[in-house]
Amino acid sequence: MRTDVSVTINGEPWLLAVESNDVLLETLRSKVGVKSPKIGCERGDCGTCTVLLDGHTVRSCLVLSVEVDGHEVVTLEGLDDEGLTELQQFFVDMNSFQCGFCAPGIVLAAAELLEENSRPSREEVQEAIGGNLCRCTGYDPIIDAVLAAADAGGRATQ
Amino acid sequence: MTIAQVFDYQRPESLEQAVQMLAEHGGDVRVLAGGTDLVAWLRDEAVAPDLLVDIKQIEGLGEISDEGDAVSIGSLVTFTDVINSGLVAARLPLVSEMSATVASVGIRNRATLVGNICSAVPSCDAGPPLLVHGAIVHTFGRAGARQIPIDDWFLGPRETALAPGEIVTKVVIPVPPGGHGAAFVRLSRYEGEDLAQASVAIVAPADHRFRVAFGAVAATPMRARRIESLLEGKALDPTLVAEAIALVSEEISPISDIRASKEFRLRMSEVMLQRGLKAAVERLEGNGPSYGTNLM
Repeated sequence: MRTDVSVTINGEPWLLAVESNDVLLETLRSKVGVKSPKIGCERGDCGTCTVLLDGHTVRSCLVLSVEVDGHEVVTLEGLDDEGLTELQQFFVDMNSFQCGFCAPGIVLAAAELLEENSRPSREEVQEAIGGNLCRCTGYDPIIDAVLAAADAGGRATQ
Repeated sequence: MTIAQVFDYQRPESLEQAVQMLAEHGGDVRVLAGGTDLVAWLRDEAVAPDLLVDIKQIEGLGEISDEGDAVSIGSLVTFTDVINSGLVAARLPLVSEMSATVASVGIRNRATLVGNICSAVPSCDAGPPLLVHGAIVHTFGRAGARQIPIDDWFLGPRETALAPGEIVTKVVIPVPPGGHGAAFVRLSRYEGEDLAQASVAIVAPADHRFRVAFGAVAATPMRARRIESLLEGKALDPTLVAEAIALVSEEISPISDIRASKEFRLRMSEVMLQRGLKAAVERLEGNGPSYGTNLM
């Protein structure tokens, strides 16, 4: 069943013709051309497909494209119009990622955390990224960067 | 990679409209809320619906409300909503404690508590806490509204008392009168995304009429009624706790699967019962570990 879906993606209005069985992750990558949400486990376990839906992280592999009609989706590409956020700069400066496959999901999960809790504890950072698997780093440089960004008082989305 | 099967999708704006869609459609219809189970099942072809009825546009299903002697949780309330609710934290700390252990933030932002008991997998986290609180599941269908006690809700793996054509509107969770302590103890392979290998929920009310339920160690989440009868009205001492632990193997019937062996589940359920009872009674007395503390 083909449906027209009206959705804001990274601040731009889109009108997308989708099938009922299209998944948001696929639609973003193939129809919208946004490549930061990665195809990982496709069952909600790994977090690489994370996007913000109405400001909150969701697994785009578990959202049907028809469900986002009338809503707002932000991917890593839309986090900041003018380059890197302060949070992202801390990830770069502290060499937090290696292969980078998990990075889009972790950046969005950390950004959501810092929006809601500007001074998280280490445990709270661990909980916030607990659903994002990283197979390279052992997580410590990632957690350190989120805490450093919080210490610097930088808002995650600016 | 994508979902191979084909189905229709409707998004009703009222409960009446939704129920009409369910009634008029002859084939297999599934209600879609958060979709964190359903979309994975669609991909796996574990379900094969002709129609999905997305209830997220229906007003009034997303509320948490105080009903005096109970708290009502609407069918669109997510686990994140539950965690952020001061009302639930104050009156049903067990439900808050459980919600914070479910999967991860990105799942909890989307997954609903009611959806969790509708999916009704044996490891569903909301099952044991709702069982020990004696929750009532409210449904609505063409034949009208029904109230189903949670004890009658779980019929088997992924099987519930929900009749075809019905939608769950809310679950009403009674607050034990006169103060209570509680504990949710959950075991998984790692902290983060994993499903429970075993779980136990305990309510310790002021009169010590304990309620105990297990998850992931039987075909459905289940009350441990023999343990409850043994403990009823008594003060916990090491002998009584040992007797309760000895009953665990008679109550539960765990299986071996990819997440744990049945022997491990049984032994750990005994440990979890012991720790949960201790924490629930200490919390009743006002000196236990704060809710949310991992007891494993």
